Amino acid sequence: MSDLADIISRNEQQIRSEWIGDLHQTVQRSDLMSKAEMEEQCSALLSAVTEAVRSSGSEDVMTAGWRQTREYLEEISASRARQGFTATEVATFVLSLKRPLFSAIRRDMGKTQDRMFDTIWTATELLDRLALLTTDAYLAAREELISRQQQELLELSTPVVKLWEGILALPIIGTLDSARTQVVMENLLQTVVATNSKYAIIDITGVPTVDTLVAQHLLKTITAARLMGAECIISGVRPQIAQTIVHLGINLEDVTTRARLSDAFALALQMSGRTVVRQNASAAGSKVVLAGPLAKQEG
Amino acid sequence: MERIPVLRMGTLLLITIQVDMHDKLALQLQDDVTSRIAEWGSTGVLIDISSLEIVDSFIGRMLANIAAMSRVLGAETIVVGMQPAVAITLVELGMSLPGVRTALSVEAGMELLYGAGAGFRTGSEHERDEA
Repeated sequence: MSDLADIISRNEQQIRSEWIGDLHQTVQRSDLMSKAEMEEQCSALLSAVTEAVRSSGSEDVMTAGWRQTREYLEEISASRARQGFTATEVATFVLSLKRPLFSAIRRDMGKTQDRMFDTIWTATELLDRLALLTTDAYLAAREELISRQQQELLELSTPVVKLWEGILALPIIGTLDSARTQVVMENLLQTVVATNSKYAIIDITGVPTVDTLVAQHLLKTITAARLMGAECIISGVRPQIAQTIVHLGINLEDVTTRARLSDAFALALQMSGRTVVRQNASAAGSKVVLAGPLAKQEG
Repeated sequence: MERIPVLRMGTLLLITIQVDMHDKLALQLQDDVTSRIAEWGSTGVLIDISSLEIVDSFIGRMLANIAAMSRVLGAETIVVGMQPAVAITLVELGMSLPGVRTALSVEAGMELLYGAGAGFRTGSEHERDEA
């Protein structure tokens, strides 16, 4: 152990320059990181390793003496994960220290083969452990990135918009699973309370398929809204989905459904006692207040 | 003894639940509501649960029961102001309260009851009866 510490501290300069040279050839990603930054990271890591090996030995990298090294390595790995390095590149950063370190050991202990072998074994175990540590840190950073993106997606994809005084619309894009239903339901109910809206239109144009589970989630949302005193209309039911619903035997008889969002909006306006009127017959075409299917409702 | 007040507004009964419900209180409330409807000839019952933040299956069943009892006595029940969390909990408990009518606010609930013919019109008749 002390052999390894000796060799590293004696040959620190040379190991560093060889290591940096190797890295330039293997994993230098000049598109993601500057040369100077890479060299600075190498120097800092090597001094930390040297210090740790000298003070706490190389058997266990989880001890307190290795804490600084561990934290520095985790920080490097996490930042590289965010920069877009691959897992191989991140692990190679540490593993490429092997060649310079081994040649230093060979230079110093070339004459005593047993000691050389022992020292090399200690060094390789140490570097493997450090490399595993970087991979773990890399994965953790990636996981965190993914879960944050998932959360953002969840929030982005469920907006509740106010169409009119007392009429809300909730366009759902993507598949409804339990977690999303929860968010959608909470969003909708909170907005219902906040805006005092009696009608909510749930638009499922963006939902690719409706199976029994999705239907159940929708019904839950509608029931919760009804308990609070709001009425839901489902719109955007595509012909295929209408067929699927009937074939699956899903009971949507208590729910008002419409084919298009515009139809549902017209219905909601009608139910809240409003009519849509064309301003002036002669100026029709240019001065239509609400055109299309909405205008049909006035008759 | 603690009890939930049942207020009279013309031919309507107004109940605001502002304390945590428990068995005794709920049974007492059922007693009160049914006897008031019979006594005052009320045609509408408005239950405001906007301050209720915790709900269980027992309270859900109590609301359904009061609605059913009132209907037997000829009064319509409207539950108003349910909080989102309460609504979600009831749905998760599988209680969709099919026999209970709901409204967003006391105001909307009143409108519903008046619209259903339980309000002003009969209210004035009621006052005439008393006079």
